[in-house]
Parts: sequence; structure tokens; C-alpha cells
Amino acid sequence: MIPARFEYHRPSDVSAALAILTEHGDDARVLAGGHSLIPMMKLRMAAIEHLIDLQDIAELKGISVDGGTITIGAMTTQHELIDNADLAKAAPILREAALQIADPQVRYVGTVGGNVANGDPGNDMPGLMQCLGATFHLVGPGGTRDVAARDYYEAAYMTDREDDEILVSVSFPVPEGGYAYEKQKRKIGDYATAACAVQVTMAGGSCTAASIAMTNLSDTPIWSKDAGAVLVGTDCGPGAIGAAVDAAVAAIDPTEDNRGPVEFKKHVAGVVIRRAIERAISRA
Amino acid sequence: MAKQHYTLTVNGEQRDVLCEPRELLIHTLREQLDITGPHVGCETSHCGACTVEINGKSVKSCTVFTAQANGADVTTIEGLGSPDGLHVLQEKFREHHGLQCGYCTPGMITRAHRLLQENPNPTEEEVRFGIAGNLCRCTGYQNIVKSILAAAAEMNAAKEAAE
Repeated sequence: MIPARFEYHRPSDVSAALAILTEHGDDARVLAGGHSLIPMMKLRMAAIEHLIDLQDIAELKGISVDGGTITIGAMTTQHELIDNADLAKAAPILREAALQIADPQVRYVGTVGGNVANGDPGNDMPGLMQCLGATFHLVGPGGTRDVAARDYYEAAYMTDREDDEILVSVSFPVPEGGYAYEKQKRKIGDYATAACAVQVTMAGGSCTAASIAMTNLSDTPIWSKDAGAVLVGTDCGPGAIGAAVDAAVAAIDPTEDNRGPVEFKKHVAGVVIRRAIERAISRA
Repeated sequence: MAKQHYTLTVNGEQRDVLCEPRELLIHTLREQLDITGPHVGCETSHCGACTVEINGKSVKSCTVFTAQANGADVTTIEGLGSPDGLHVLQEKFREHHGLQCGYCTPGMITRAHRLLQENPNPTEEEVRFGIAGNLCRCTGYQNIVKSILAAAAEMNAAKEAAE
């Protein structure tokens, strides 16, 4: 499996990368870890004439926990997320989710930016970013632009990012309360049959805030405002959890594929969402 | 794009190669440099038979362009041991029957080597999680896990004796 020919570029800063993108338009693509894009190129499902490798751009790397905000550079790898003690303390849901992505070799090179920017509904970070209320920071020829994770995804592989823009980082408020990222997959290395990210805060036995988002259950990640709202103000007992699961399942639109028919996926989604909510509450 | 010159450090030795940017690292290693330890298994980044180390990370070399590895430090199974001087992991795989057909073994050992660098005293569960990106179709993994745990114990004992 040999990809079609391309020109390889390895700029050392963002402005140089943007200049190449501007010059070549949609004949150019940026390369992060490459573990989504290179397989597509090998299958010749992606034809790219100019490949812009971002690995030398230092300003796209790094994790900062500063005050109440966490910022993660687009070229930060899943392995670096897992390995970062400050991040594990401030937002443990990221470590829990990243450990469930692919396998060790893929996590050493797979990046946060690639995972969120590509628009693959199977990727785990988009749903997680929607759960956390993250903001994506893009740069293009006209300057920088911020897009809410909850507004970024339009359809499978279709996002709000323009062809001449690069995603430079993601940021989100330090999450509070209990968390869980629950994922059902057929085997290591597969995408989720269903996955769910939950953050819940409790005060005095009552839920004060809840955010619930799902992965690979529609052609985009799904953040269910209703499912979170159902929990708020309750004691998060079995009745409230059941209502939240029902609201979340009502928001998804899975399609049949080699992971199963629609009925099966809705069933698995219900199980996974319930587990995620229960585990998040148990940690709140 | 025409062929380009790239320079890699492979098993401690500087190697200059000439290839198109679309050439995958596994093919450069095997076909240009005659380093045939890393194997082509699935060629779809699932099986891990092509695992090498790039700058201290375990990577599937079927999913990396040689161009991306330009300037990098690459270690393959050939850099860990030799027929006359087996690495502890190689010895333990032999001792514990950690291989049958042997096709996955270079990738397994290269991956296990990095795992033990990062976690010198892993539990059985940590070994299983750590080698989850390497598939073996013969052994059922039991003896692979045993071999890695035995290698960890021996490496730790040697380290203690040296201290």
C-alpha cells in the first residue's frame, strides 16, 4: 500500500505553514501524527499533493494549566496527555479517555489536534471536548479565530475549519466534580461502538451541573443539553439517571455498519451512557 | 516529488537514504538498509510487527513516512541484541517459549523494550495493556507476557547487583 506522490514540507513555524496552505489551497493538507491521514493516503482515499508536516513547530506543542484554564497545543500527543501529572490532577477525564484511544504505539504519535480537527465521528476527543465546553483556536491568513467545540462539527469529516486554517490549540475551563469516559469497542485499536463523556457536580446531595456528550453515535459528536438538564436539581437517583439516559439516547442517530445494526447501537449506547453517568456521580 | 536525501540514525549508525517522500519507513529499513527485523504484517497500523523506536517512542513504521523520520534516532530489534549477544528480552522469549512462528517477535520485543524503559517493574496487567498494539496469532500471549515479566525481573536484579 503505497500512497500517491506528494510534495513534503516541514515548516518550522505557523506562518510558514500558513503560507504553504495559502499557496496550494485544497491541494495541501497538514500532517500531525498521521495515524488517521496516512492510512487514508495508503488506501488512496485521500489524495494530497502537498503534505505539510507540523512536527517541527514548537508553538503547537505543550500543556498548560493556568488559573482556571487548561490549554493544550494541537501537536500534543495522547501519550503526553496520559503522562502529564498536572493535567491528570486538573482534568482526569482526559487521561481516562486518552488511555482508551487505539494502542500504545498510536498514542505515542496521535495528537489532540489531529483527533479533534479531522472530523472523524469515531475519534474520542471531539465528544470529550464538547462535554468540557472547549474552545478550538484556529489561525488562518486573516488571523486567529475561536470556535466552540459544540459548534465545530458539521458532518462526518466536515467541520467549521476552512482549508487555509490550522487548528493551533484547544482550551477549556478546569472541570469540576465527578467525571467518566466510558467506551465500548470490539477490540484494541477499533473505534467506539459507543462512548460517552460525563462531568457532574453535586452540592448538598443535589446535582448542580451536568454535561453529557457521545462519540460515534451520529455523523458528529453529540452533546445532549437535555440529558444534562434532566439531572440538574435532582439527587441523581435511579429515576433521574434513567431519564438522562433516555434523553441522551433520543439525541443520537447511529447508522448500521460492521459494529452492528442501529437497534444494537442504541442499546449499547444506553448501557454505556448509564455507566458513564453512574461512574461520574460516584466520583462527584 | 523527486527522490530526496534523508539522514537517519539507525541503531546508532548514521545512514543516508534517497527516497521519495511517500516511501514508508518500514520499506526504507527493509529494502534500502537491509534491516529486516521489523516485519510487514498487516500494513494497516494494527498488528505491530513493524514496530520500531523513533526518538524513544514505539512507533509502527508502516504508518510513518521516512521523510518524517529525517533527523530522527531509530532503533530496531537489530539494535537491541545480536545472535552472539542476545538481549535479556530475547533470552527470555526463548526460555519461556514466547514465540512460535516468530513473525510478531521483533515488534513484540522492540515494544516490550520501551515498555520496560518506562515501567521497569510492571504488573501482568500493565504488560498486557502495554503490548496491546502488538498482535500474535500463535501463542495466545500467555508466554509472551511471562517472557516480558521474566526479563523485567532479571533486568531489575542485574541493576540491583550493580548498585
